[in-house]
Amino acid sequence: MTRAWLLVLWLSLAACATTPALRGTGDMGVIIERATGSVAIIETTGRSVLGQVSGLGDLSHASVVFSRDERYAYVFGRDGGLTRVDLLTAKIDRRVLQSGNSIGGAISQDGRLIAVSNYTPGGVRVFDAKTLAPVADIPASTFGDKRSKVVGLVDAPEQRFVFSLYDTGEIWIADFSAGNTPRITRFRDIGKQPYDGLITPDGRYYIAGLFGEDGLALLDLWHPEKGVRRILEDYGRGRKKMPVYKMPHLEGWAMTENHAFLPEVGRHRVLVVDRHTWKPVAHIDVHGQPVFVMARPDGRQVWVNFAYPRNDTVQVIDTDSLKIVNTLKPGKAVLHMEFTPRGEQVWISARDDNRVTVYDTRTFAILARHSLPKPSGIFLTARAHRIGL
Amino acid sequence: MVRFLAGIAGILLTGVTLAIASPSPERQKELRNLLIQDCGSCHGMTLKGGLGPPLVPEALAGKSPEFLRRTIVEGRPGTPMPPWGGLLSDADIDWLVKILLDGEAAP
Repeated sequence: MTRAWLLVLWLSLAACATTPALRGTGDMGVIIERATGSVAIIETTGRSVLGQVSGLGDLSHASVVFSRDERYAYVFGRDGGLTRVDLLTAKIDRRVLQSGNSIGGAISQDGRLIAVSNYTPGGVRVFDAKTLAPVADIPASTFGDKRSKVVGLVDAPEQRFVFSLYDTGEIWIADFSAGNTPRITRFRDIGKQPYDGLITPDGRYYIAGLFGEDGLALLDLWHPEKGVRRILEDYGRGRKKMPVYKMPHLEGWAMTENHAFLPEVGRHRVLVVDRHTWKPVAHIDVHGQPVFVMARPDGRQVWVNFAYPRNDTVQVIDTDSLKIVNTLKPGKAVLHMEFTPRGEQVWISARDDNRVTVYDTRTFAILARHSLPKPSGIFLTARAHRIGL
Repeated sequence: MVRFLAGIAGILLTGVTLAIASPSPERQKELRNLLIQDCGSCHGMTLKGGLGPPLVPEALAGKSPEFLRRTIVEGRPGTPMPPWGGLLSDADIDWLVKILLDGEAAP
């Protein structure tokens, strides 16, 4: 009996060795290892690291989008590298060096196009998602003899990309609905030095943060003909121009049913605004200058990390009472947080402790810890099915 | 000896009249990490530039140590460069300026 079972076990192990087990990718993701130019491939069911892919170049400030089948991760590197990583084989599928210096990218609504926003030369380049062959080149406006840097690139419904021009203060829409030659709509004088942008989860509003002045620029994509308007006039560094030790990120902006939670610029506060009127509702005092302010997918909690030198801490705000309910110390230089799609766990990277910690968001218990070299951004495949991510 | 002379040269160049002790080896390690990782968020981890300008020696050629020192201490109004004077000591900043100009900063 025992011997028969051992034989069965041996046979099934042998079968595993030759035929990789079939698996889906819906619980997978990647973690950027910025110092080594590599990514770790992870899965959130067993909360394990499955593999590592290297050779991705300079990954400072790298970001990732996913193919609609959730098999491929597109990694955008600082050095202009665009790499298509196969999550199932843990290998580089394709890679191009598309510019000298880039900052992020987006995938089109239909999954056919990858757009990359570039600092040098300033503009947006668009590639075929399957082959990474060039499809379109959108040079930015010039100032002096230079082209403006492009920031805050997102995908929008109806096969559009939206982005901001840092040096020339513009928002552009590139509409690819009619084919590979985009129709460009330009909005000028939207404010000084837009430094990042976000699109609301429903894909309707594009909002650019302004570094050079207070307030935010809002574009209603249902009514682009109405132009860009200013909201939250007092949002920003204020008259004294508070120094900012890490630019707050807009992508993570938390949106609950009635409120949006924003990192205040330069202050140790999180701003709560009414989502419908865009008027401030409350200010919540927090541990440091907030960088990412991210809502758990059900909207009940908002998790906040902070800029140097107070960057060893994460705080959790209860969105019902607007009170801080927990203060965690995941490690030195907390850079990013990513929730699983239904929010039962959150993965947090601590760069200078070379550690990623997985927390249970209900009990705050540590579910897993992984040693990874200089981890930064964490991206799960569920992003494939969300507008703007 | 070479390091000692370079240190003297650094002090003379930055116009500091009082000798400031070099950061300890552990502090130098922290500062190098800060430069590559945190300054690198804007200037690129290879210091070849990003939202902020490149900090490689060719890009800094012709800039005086005093100018770099003041930029770090006071920041650059009108740009995202914040003042680091309250967070870093004079010795920290002098050492950063030195390794930037000597081309010893990039990984």
